Amino acid sequence: MFYFSRWKILAIAAALLVGVLVALPNLFSAGTVASWPSWMPKSQLRLGLDLQGGAHLLLAMDSDQLRKEWLDSLRDDARKTLVSDAKIPASITIRGNAVVVRVTKPEQIDQAMRELRKLQTSLGSALTGATGTDVEVARGEGDSIIITPTPAGFQQRQANAAGAAIETINRRINALGTAESTVVRQGRDRILVQYPGLQDTTVLKQLLGETAVLSFHEVNTSVSVEDVRQQGRPPAGWKIYPSDEPGGPAYLLRESPVVRGDELVDAQPGFDQQTNQPIITFRFNQQGARKFGRFTQENVGRPFAIVLDGRVLSAPIIQTAILGGTGQISGNFSVDSANTLAVQLRSGALPVKLTVVEERTVGASLGSDSIAAAKTAGIIGGLATIVLTTLAYGTFGIFACVGLIVHLVMTVALMSLVGSTLTLPGIAGLVLGIGMAVDANVLIFERIREELRSGKTPISGIDSGFNRAFVTIADSQLTTLACAVVMFWLGSGPIRGFAVTLTFGIVTSIFASVTVVRLLVWLWLRAQPQTRSLEVPV
Amino acid sequence: MRFIPNFKGIDFFPHHVRLPFMRYRDLAVGLSVLAMVLSIGLFLFRGLNYGVDFKGGSMIEMQAKSGPADIAALRNQLAGVGLGGIQIQQFGAPTDVLIRIEQQAGGEEAQQAALKKVVDTIGDKYQQRRVEVVGPAVSSELRTTGFIAVLAGLMAIVAYVWFRFEWQFAIGAIVALAHDVIVTVGLFSLFQLEFDLSIVAALLTILGYSVNDTVVVSDRIRENLRKYKRMDTIELLNLSINETLSRTILTGITTIVVLLALYIFGGEVIRNFNFAMLFGVIIGTYSSMFIAAPMISYFGVPRDAGATNEKVKTAARKPA
Repeated sequence: MFYFSRWKILAIAAALLVGVLVALPNLFSAGTVASWPSWMPKSQLRLGLDLQGGAHLLLAMDSDQLRKEWLDSLRDDARKTLVSDAKIPASITIRGNAVVVRVTKPEQIDQAMRELRKLQTSLGSALTGATGTDVEVARGEGDSIIITPTPAGFQQRQANAAGAAIETINRRINALGTAESTVVRQGRDRILVQYPGLQDTTVLKQLLGETAVLSFHEVNTSVSVEDVRQQGRPPAGWKIYPSDEPGGPAYLLRESPVVRGDELVDAQPGFDQQTNQPIITFRFNQQGARKFGRFTQENVGRPFAIVLDGRVLSAPIIQTAILGGTGQISGNFSVDSANTLAVQLRSGALPVKLTVVEERTVGASLGSDSIAAAKTAGIIGGLATIVLTTLAYGTFGIFACVGLIVHLVMTVALMSLVGSTLTLPGIAGLVLGIGMAVDANVLIFERIREELRSGKTPISGIDSGFNRAFVTIADSQLTTLACAVVMFWLGSGPIRGFAVTLTFGIVTSIFASVTVVRLLVWLWLRAQPQTRSLEVPV
Repeated sequence: MRFIPNFKGIDFFPHHVRLPFMRYRDLAVGLSVLAMVLSIGLFLFRGLNYGVDFKGGSMIEMQAKSGPADIAALRNQLAGVGLGGIQIQQFGAPTDVLIRIEQQAGGEEAQQAALKKVVDTIGDKYQQRRVEVVGPAVSSELRTTGFIAVLAGLMAIVAYVWFRFEWQFAIGAIVALAHDVIVTVGLFSLFQLEFDLSIVAALLTILGYSVNDTVVVSDRIRENLRKYKRMDTIELLNLSINETLSRTILTGITTIVVLLALYIFGGEVIRNFNFAMLFGVIIGTYSSMFIAAPMISYFGVPRDAGATNEKVKTAARKPA
């Protein structure tokens, strides 16, 4: 019947103690907590960006670009395998979402198929469960062979690009300062950047806005751009590049670069000693230095072009051979843009263009205003609840209030333990959780009153009140839990924060409002003088 | 425990009173159906004032660095930037303004360009407090997920109620819950309050609270069905609502008081969210008594007709 064994009381007390200890760090500043002895729990609730201020940027990768680049490299690989290595003459073109190969001699088609199958990479992996290959090689109409990327292959490409992009973003952001930013992949083609404390996102967006693919190209001086435009088609292997400056001249450059930016080992902003203009100095790795040295040696007196993201920054004349592997880039830079570009070059190119598809920034002042407002609302709401409960249920009402405080402490403890983030709607969820935890006690106490009215003795009335109300409490909490789980599963941002606090609130309310209050009532019963005329203070 | 004073609470509720809820069930259901039809009409013809989450575009909250914000001057400044509809309104304190820029044609990058233009035009007399930019792709995704979230929440609840009770209770619950959601959405359409992602969270919570209430009443109905096997269904439903009425009112009051505190003191940013919750708790309490229970009476409940044994006689002797 209504009884608590000694070990059960101990277990409840232990749970309470652990809860208080885990929740405790939240009352102190991070500095104070750090100086505590090592056995004390130290994890604090993380504040969401809406409370501490900061920037939230959702970036989308350009999937079309990824697909196009993949097809381009597939075409180049096919040409190399078939024409250069296996000496099978063929015409190779990109058509739609596939590479089409037409062998010149139809009798070589089977051999060509065998060669092209070498391009396939197996995706079979126990970890991802993906099977098959990244591209399919099949016979098309007539004497053609069609190489098609598979969906699974493309997903793997996306995953690789996202991984590389995240690494680059991290390097670029770290150059900004030492804030605890997080960069994670979201969905197939999205990357979420969260940067606490940052208010002005202009610099951040600039840093992330360019892929920063730097390359050095040979300039064609024998044919002018105008002539090419009139003919309508540049010579094979050459391409027209626009200038970075609006209205600047376009250049005819060799499409495959002499040296690429990924062969840079360092890039620093600086000033030109003669003109005092901001410039960027750079250094190549050994291989890059060798290639660049050979090229400048052979082309003294002729221009070469420095191209960033497909636009020509400058096209200086090579004065002497540059053999040391260092050089400088001048362009239309300001001090800030030289600095940003240097960071971008140092951190490597982004594998794919990123676009901001969602931005949410909260100033630190608004965050602290929100915390203050939520505190006021919480205190007033909490006090009102305590007054109402005590008025309605007397001594047992006081027990219920103790249960409420336990509920709050345990919820905060659980949240600190799993390291969840407290957001503004999360605070509302916490406060609402208090309101709903009261419901459990209201159900119990109303039931006790009912049982007593129907003529039960005090002890059996209390007992069946708790037992019968529990069925209802479990049902109502579980249905709310179902709702919270759906919110967490489907929600993003504010919905998720709210769902987390609501879920923890429901889980702890069974312990706090039922078990703890029941224990208090039992302790109270034990302390009463053993008389027949026991008045139940409810 | 000895130092805690023993005192009884105030049992404000007259427990012998039996209010004839079920007598007015047709009226209540009629009114609710009317409210739902009006809400759906409002939603279809007046629409919702979607926030940037669902509509796309940008929103900037700014605070004047000195003195109150001069909204007229801001309007003049921004009139010439050519970005289509720009809404400017005071937000909470007189120093704060909220600027909304409608979604720009030209994809994701156009939104960023519009934001930059507005911020540059306003200059440095104002400090940015909050910026939200949602591009076309994300806003349409959020619309879909928001809708699915509410629907899935509804389904999860109904599945649980069906599993735990008879199917009549599940129908009662789903009608009551759909009613709560539809009328709340109708209210947002009527007053053209901003409807964003946080309101979807509020709708889901309203579902949770309302089903909580419905389950408490249903639980009592089920219990009474076992207890009074011969009682008329209408009378039994009425009895169950009355027996749980003190709990319904007390929990309702505490929850409403807490939400009122949040609504009044919780700040401007989540005011609409709190308003939705406040309204939802009231409508959710109403619907458990006046929608869910009548639905059970319309569909009938399985009464164990053959069970005229000892238990029934003892049960019948108890005061109803």
